[in-house]
Amino acid sequence: MATQDIPQDVGGGRASLLYDPKVRGIFFQILVVVALTAFVYWIIGNTIENLKRANIASGFAFLNGRAGFDVSDTLIQFDSDSTYKRALLVGLINTVVVAGAGIVTASILGFLIGIGRLSNNWLIRKICTVYVELFRNIPPLLVIFFWYFGVLSVLPLPKESIELPFGSYLNSRGFYFPKAVWGEGAWLIGVALLLGIAMSWFVARQARQRQMATGATFPVFWTSLALIVGLPLLALVATGFPVSFDLPQKSTFNLTGGLQIKPEFLSLYLALSFYTAAFIAEIVRAGIRGVNKGQTEASSALGLRSGQALRLVVVPQAMRIVIPPLTSQFLNLTKNSSLAIAIGYPDLVAVGGTVLNQTGQAIEIVVIWMVVYLGLSLITSAFMNWFNAKMALVER
Amino acid sequence: MSQNDLHYVRTEMALPQPAPLRERGPVAWIRKNLFANPFDSVLTIIGMIIVIMILPPLVDWALVQAQWTGTDRTFCSTVAQGGIQPEGWSGACWAFVNAKFGQFMFGRYPIEERWRVILVAIMFVALLVPLLIPRVPRKGLNAFLFLVVFPIVAAFLLIGGFFGLPHVETPLWGGLLVTLTLSYVGIVVSLPLGILLALGRRSKMPVVKMLSVIFIETVRGVPLITVLFMASVMLPLFLPAGVSFDKFLRALIGVSLFASAYMAEVVRGGLQAIPKGQYEGADSLGLSYWQKTGLIILPQALKLVIPGIVNTFIGLFKDTSLVYIISMFDLLGVVRQNFSDPAWASPQTPASGLVFAALVFWMFCFGMSRYSIYMEHRLDTGHKR
Repeated sequence: MATQDIPQDVGGGRASLLYDPKVRGIFFQILVVVALTAFVYWIIGNTIENLKRANIASGFAFLNGRAGFDVSDTLIQFDSDSTYKRALLVGLINTVVVAGAGIVTASILGFLIGIGRLSNNWLIRKICTVYVELFRNIPPLLVIFFWYFGVLSVLPLPKESIELPFGSYLNSRGFYFPKAVWGEGAWLIGVALLLGIAMSWFVARQARQRQMATGATFPVFWTSLALIVGLPLLALVATGFPVSFDLPQKSTFNLTGGLQIKPEFLSLYLALSFYTAAFIAEIVRAGIRGVNKGQTEASSALGLRSGQALRLVVVPQAMRIVIPPLTSQFLNLTKNSSLAIAIGYPDLVAVGGTVLNQTGQAIEIVVIWMVVYLGLSLITSAFMNWFNAKMALVER
Repeated sequence: MSQNDLHYVRTEMALPQPAPLRERGPVAWIRKNLFANPFDSVLTIIGMIIVIMILPPLVDWALVQAQWTGTDRTFCSTVAQGGIQPEGWSGACWAFVNAKFGQFMFGRYPIEERWRVILVAIMFVALLVPLLIPRVPRKGLNAFLFLVVFPIVAAFLLIGGFFGLPHVETPLWGGLLVTLTLSYVGIVVSLPLGILLALGRRSKMPVVKMLSVIFIETVRGVPLITVLFMASVMLPLFLPAGVSFDKFLRALIGVSLFASAYMAEVVRGGLQAIPKGQYEGADSLGLSYWQKTGLIILPQALKLVIPGIVNTFIGLFKDTSLVYIISMFDLLGVVRQNFSDPAWASPQTPASGLVFAALVFWMFCFGMSRYSIYMEHRLDTGHKR
């Protein structure tokens, strides 16, 4: 019987501990931790000493101090007697508003241009390509400057405002448009609108269930449109038009009345939308091209028209490819809104910069910035992850 | 009886008939590409309106009406604005760009020392171009010169202060010089740092992994402006009293760290795409971790993510314009600064300066993206499905 000598691992044959990857790993990690701790200790020591010398009290107590500066663009009550805390809140709201508005516009524009780049129409294709290649390759700050210094500030003075339809005006101080003044009973219109939305959601659900069960379709889109537009209109008529418009009026030097959108907001919003739309267009194009060609062919074999094939077959599948990079573009847009400081739109960074200059609380302000932006990023990604999970392929 | 062979066999192919007239030629092309169906026609008309609204006025503004020469603002403003142009004139003020060109390129770098910047630029091009052309041999030596020798020589030349070269302080630097220096350093530092961070994030050592994740996610979650602010207002606090960093150096550190976090995520994407067999194969050959990473994994991973890497480079190049906010003057900053020059202030100055800056940025970024497409095709070994 043939026997084989199996070498036994007897402790003595072991390689030295120096060459054991596990030991090496632990040693290396301890080294990193020690070095990092020493470094942080050194930094904290220096910082404490520097702060003591500059006579700056650390901590967030300064937030309750009187701000003493005015903010040009506020959505909530703010004056120079308000606290720093409120100033930062104003900044945060402005950031969220400009980022939110920018995201909506950039998405719409980006989807249109992305689909346009795949169009069969030569002219549309070329226009969209030029747009994308132009805006992808210049810095966002330059786009903001272009709108602000190149376009909006060379518009005529209020005296010679450009008149636009619906009683709105455009001049170097911004965009003026009529403000709706709601009279008594106007709340009914809001209720009707909400009711309309709720009912269309219900109708859409019922129609879907019926289609799943019986295959019979229902014109959901037109019904919803009728509900969402019709119900408020009905309420409007029933309450006897309780709405009047405060139109902007030309006076000698300025426009009075109506609502004004400042050129700072307008240029930041337009620049962010135009710039990000170019990136979204590329993502959408890649998403649609990423859908297998067989899917389009199969849908035309089933007798779907090209519009139907796009809407029912291609886009839902493309969305799965599109959403993750789209999320990061939304985050980029939010982060790029911090460029507001360059043209003086009071967003979080601009307001924080003013507070920083006044109080010298550099660490606290930078911490607030980081926490807020990280928070905004987390909220956006959480929402997009939920949306992504909803759109994801349901597999058995 | 005559034997007539009535069979007729053609010995040569009949010439192909030309396609019907409505299937070829410009008319057919227009029908197919512009007016295929009613909706298409509407789109074409909308597109034409857009083109007509933008292109002729643009050409008129930038070329026909433009003022090419001049010495001050009067050449670029209308009579009512105190200039020489007729009422209603609207054209680009290239005279402004022409007069300020030196500043746009070098900032406030002393005029008699500008040859040093030009010399550095010539060295940069002379080393970069052969590196980019695949056919030129001696890539290793070239890369060594470009990445190791060139920065040292360039730093000595630009800063000066030895061999009789006067010292030029970095606050005097500006314009394209700052843009390119920031981008070059950012690119050269962020790629290796990004690779290290990506490897750290995939490391099996929990401490290293955690630190990499924290760094990458924090930096990616905040805007570059806050990182630059941190570099400019917080870094001095962290250092012992009396020790101060050059502001330019602080911006360099901020930009490089910021870019390396993005680079790390791009490289991680490449690392994840390498099949497990490659790692196992390398292990079975008895390669050490660094041999495995350097010889097997990274060459494949980096090749996969070239577009992503170049996109990060382009993003970095564009982001350098943000140093304007911590009052350093890159190309865009210098252009912006010159709007308020009373000698040139006119309604046309800002747009002209910005269009010029946009053109410069566009050429660099577009060039980079084209080169990446070319490289991607060249390195494509056909394994991609």
